[in-house]
Amino acid sequence: MNIPQALDPIASAREALDDAVLDSKVFANETTLIVRRQDVARVARFLRDTSGLVYNYLSDISAVDYHPEVRGPEGDGRFAVSYHLYSMLYNRRLRLKAFLPEDDPVVPTVTVLWQAANWLEREAFDMMGILFEGHPDMRRLLMPADWDGHPHRRDYPLGYETIMFSFNKDEINQHKPYAKKD
Amino acid sequence: MAITPVAQPTESVAKWEGSVEELRGLVSDRAMTGETLLLNMGPHHPSTHGVLRLLLELDGEQIVTCMPDIGYLHTGIEKNIESKTYEKGVTLTDRMDYLSPMSNNMVYCLAVERLTGLDVPERAQAIRVICLELARIASHCVWLGTHALDMGAMSVFLYAFREREFILDMFEMLSGQRMMGSYFRPGGVWRDLVPEFLPALEKFVDFMPAKVGDYESLLVSNPIWIDRTQGIGVVEPEEALNLGMSGPTLRASGVNWDIRKAEPYSGYDRYEFDVPLGEHGDVYDRFFVRMQEFRQSIRIIKQAMKALPGGPFRSQNRKFVPPPRAELGQSMEAVIHHFKLWTEGFSAPDEEVYVSIESPRGEIGCYLHGTGDNKPRRVHFKTPSFMHISALGAMSKNHMLADLVGIIGSIDCVLGDSDR
Repeated sequence: MNIPQALDPIASAREALDDAVLDSKVFANETTLIVRRQDVARVARFLRDTSGLVYNYLSDISAVDYHPEVRGPEGDGRFAVSYHLYSMLYNRRLRLKAFLPEDDPVVPTVTVLWQAANWLEREAFDMMGILFEGHPDMRRLLMPADWDGHPHRRDYPLGYETIMFSFNKDEINQHKPYAKKD
Repeated sequence: MAITPVAQPTESVAKWEGSVEELRGLVSDRAMTGETLLLNMGPHHPSTHGVLRLLLELDGEQIVTCMPDIGYLHTGIEKNIESKTYEKGVTLTDRMDYLSPMSNNMVYCLAVERLTGLDVPERAQAIRVICLELARIASHCVWLGTHALDMGAMSVFLYAFREREFILDMFEMLSGQRMMGSYFRPGGVWRDLVPEFLPALEKFVDFMPAKVGDYESLLVSNPIWIDRTQGIGVVEPEEALNLGMSGPTLRASGVNWDIRKAEPYSGYDRYEFDVPLGEHGDVYDRFFVRMQEFRQSIRIIKQAMKALPGGPFRSQNRKFVPPPRAELGQSMEAVIHHFKLWTEGFSAPDEEVYVSIESPRGEIGCYLHGTGDNKPRRVHFKTPSFMHISALGAMSKNHMLADLVGIIGSIDCVLGDSDR
């Protein structure tokens, strides 16, 4: 089988989509490509469909919260979303990363590229409150539908759920509009 | 004789107050008019392998839509690890995929080791490989037993659990615990192999191939088993990759991707083994691939046992690994290290890593972001069960309700793994 020569992902992405690529970084042999958040889907499509790159497998989508700091090339990124891509043909990985501001944590969805992104994006929404524009089914996944807040944010305290007894069940039910009442 | 009248529903009988409208766009339009039936399956159903809830839209007995609903076993493990030092996080990872806690320990330890640049001695790497492959066999035993039980083959369950029990006893020798051992630690393993472990392991690799032969003789060419599994839940290779499948479930579709081969960790490149592949991507092929993996795991264990290197079982880097107890009486420095590591722990840089390994179920990945301090900023686990359950809808479309039970069994899902 004739396999095309592997390309350097950073150089070719910079060349083809110069305005979208903001920065790149290598730590512990892991390459990170930092992109403008509105271009995530465009860059992902480029990385998946260009011969010589073919990052055809979406391993993971993880979100991270830098609270109380803000980071990123634009200096307003409280959150970051990392897409871990894997190229089966060239056996290498790439991290695509976008920083999102606190007041508008929105990125375009990549469910059109990989169906695997569906639940991973729902999880990021549920746990970190990041919205994926164009996602077909943006509901909570792990937490109950009536849950307040997004537990994996750094300003969300590590707590516990109050155990329900007959003396406090009315008070607890007030916070749970979907819970069954008798 | 008086006939008791049939009870009529009264106002006090609880009625479902939810609206079908909430499901518009998720189920077909035929469900809106009541032409198809919406049926709830689970979360407590014997064939859902934990607390998986499925909302099914049925046309007669045929599945039109299958919507998995998870989260019933969500315990906030990722959030909890953020509040603990790196070494304490290991105990929490045990509780994710409770059928192979060793794989979870492994991926977390590898992530910590990559983030901090910590070395792992060769003996520890070989011990880890032995434990991981034992965990794979134990996990496959549970899968085989429950999968066959779901399909009505009762006796396989009893045999498979008997062999699993032997492996759990060996884990108890090593770590003091049958399941949640937390045996792997950053930099190696908790303690060296105990003297009675290797004889037990030798006995195990001697008798296990014959037991795998027993399982095979019960199922592989059993006409009832073949009737119920062949051609069911077919996934094409491209679709499988698109759905994010991995592990035996992906390899049954004919995609040759095993992380042990592609990106060897813990010295897997030193051992010779084959990667079994399927052809059709149906329930039977997923079953057959796992059956062959039993033998490959035994093969790896035999090689690792034979070439077990000597030397330390844990890194000698005292900034990360506490000194042995005996040193404390003689060295002031050892006392300081001991105190620092058990109170404050070690620090990791403010960077991020993503490590993935081949768990019995598929690719388990750990995304770890440090803070520069002794606790991580974020830990995220990409788990195979999560991806496979999300693919259930696509796999079970247009199948009969009874076949769904087989499909769930064939993806080998563990709900602790998917909900974390």
